[in-house]
Amino acid sequence: MTLDIQSPYHAWRKLKNIAMSVLSLVCAVAVVAPLALILFYLLKEGAGSVDWRFFTQLPKPVGEAGGGMANAIVGTLTLLALASLIGVPVGVLGGVYLSEYGAERVNWWIRFGADVLNGVPSIVWGIVAYALVVVPMKGFSAYAGGVALGFMMIPLIIRTTEEVLLLVPNGYREAALALGISRWKIIVHIVMKTALRGIVTGVLLAGARIAGETAPLLFTAFGNRFWTHHLKDPIAALPLQIFSYAISPYDDWHRQAWAGALVLILIIFLINVGVRALTRGRLFGAPR
Amino acid sequence: MTVIPTATQPEQEAKLPGSEKPQRPVHTVFATPARREKPSRGTPVSEVAFEVDNLCCWFGQNQAVYDLSLRLPAKAVTAIIGPSGCGKSTFLRCLNRMHELVRGSRLTGQIRLFGEDIHGSRVDATLVRRRVGMVFQKSNPFPTMTIAENVTVGLRLNGVRGRAVLEKRMERALRMAALWDEVKDRLDRPGTSLSGGQQQRLCIARALAVQPEVLLMDEPASALDPIATMKIEELIQELKKDYTIVIVTHNMQQAARCSDHTAFFYMGRLVEYDRTEKVFTNPSNKQTEDYVTGRFG
Repeated sequence: MTLDIQSPYHAWRKLKNIAMSVLSLVCAVAVVAPLALILFYLLKEGAGSVDWRFFTQLPKPVGEAGGGMANAIVGTLTLLALASLIGVPVGVLGGVYLSEYGAERVNWWIRFGADVLNGVPSIVWGIVAYALVVVPMKGFSAYAGGVALGFMMIPLIIRTTEEVLLLVPNGYREAALALGISRWKIIVHIVMKTALRGIVTGVLLAGARIAGETAPLLFTAFGNRFWTHHLKDPIAALPLQIFSYAISPYDDWHRQAWAGALVLILIIFLINVGVRALTRGRLFGAPR
Repeated sequence: MTVIPTATQPEQEAKLPGSEKPQRPVHTVFATPARREKPSRGTPVSEVAFEVDNLCCWFGQNQAVYDLSLRLPAKAVTAIIGPSGCGKSTFLRCLNRMHELVRGSRLTGQIRLFGEDIHGSRVDATLVRRRVGMVFQKSNPFPTMTIAENVTVGLRLNGVRGRAVLEKRMERALRMAALWDEVKDRLDRPGTSLSGGQQQRLCIARALAVQPEVLLMDEPASALDPIATMKIEELIQELKKDYTIVIVTHNMQQAARCSDHTAFFYMGRLVEYDRTEKVFTNPSNKQTEDYVTGRFG
């Protein structure tokens, strides 16, 4: 029996085909559209207030014009550094354990734990850091904020590190073993080196993810209108400053909050662009 | 005096493919080779590199190698042939303790390297692997390293320091692998920039640089074109002056061309082991004959 290639049934099939393509295109655009809208709105509202003073000056008291968020920008970077001190070693080594050492049953529990922790509301991390750091130290501090954010980084980094290490072909491990190289040297010098771009990408993405967190900092880092001279003291952070300025009744501060939001999203945007430049479509391999 | 090769034959009748005899338990008593068969005339007499006794290997519940006993001569090439899944790669990976790295794997029996039990309680598997190098089917130079770094990585990570020493040993390894002239002007290029055949010789150089006594080769030329294959085979002939070489191959012409002794494996058992010439021209076992003449497998 021959197939009737002009059958109306096939026209209907073509129609369905087109409908599905259009539907998925609309959904894809819907993913990108909010990003464009957010950027557009932030630029419109905030760009006017972003000038060099914003990056160099402390906040001014209410009523005085000008002032900036220099302390909050430095504070956010400080908190990111503190968080990385906890999150990067624990996360990366945890990922190494999952990929290189762990028994299947243990791994299942660790992965499950990491996935649950990834879903823990960020305010809960704030409470954890409050109980672990703020209460014993009798005060809000940069340390406490760093601990809260560092804990949040761990499960993110564990999973990305494990995934990129598993992408390293087993042939490299076997070749190295056959050369009589010890296990840990193989992991450090061959497996991790091969997957280095992927690991760094995971760390940067985790950093970008926590850079915008506000809730865990509310009762840990607490915020500060001035420079923080010691990490035992409360420290400012961009998201905190945006939060307190946005809920204030002053127009000056609202404008500053818009500017802060713009700067924060630009920092995260830059990290993501950096990640793209680093990976260029490949998660590991020799530098070109 | 050690007479080689000395394959021990299972006492049971050779099974034809597809015959449904239940498999016998391992550790059957083997007739010792000396008692069982007179070595054929002209069998070389030399030092033994590996003595394997009653080796059985499992992957989980699946037994891959059954009660294998044989002697591998030093400074000679032994080829292992047999159809896919016959246990030849597993056997090879037992010789440098790579088999045990597979999850759920285990083995019984004894393997001695120049008289030393490689599974002895005080033996470090890492050091066994330094004496028994391996080249894999798929060439795998480390992608983050240059040609020079690839060759010296085994030395550097095992604590050899000193630029002059490393350079000397790198050049020697590359020369032995017949690659020096092709790469001496681009030692700083990535190892992965070489052609497939060159990459495989780079892997051989990498294995030779740590100065092993034995080189295991798991189908080293099966992914290469005929010219690259020929180069690897010529290289094997050169290397056997200094090294004990055990090569697993699917290619019977290759086994016939470059080996001194050939072992035929079938379904996890050693069926025949003799001088290569004998295995290919006058095999004593019907299964071997069928395999080498291409009637099955």
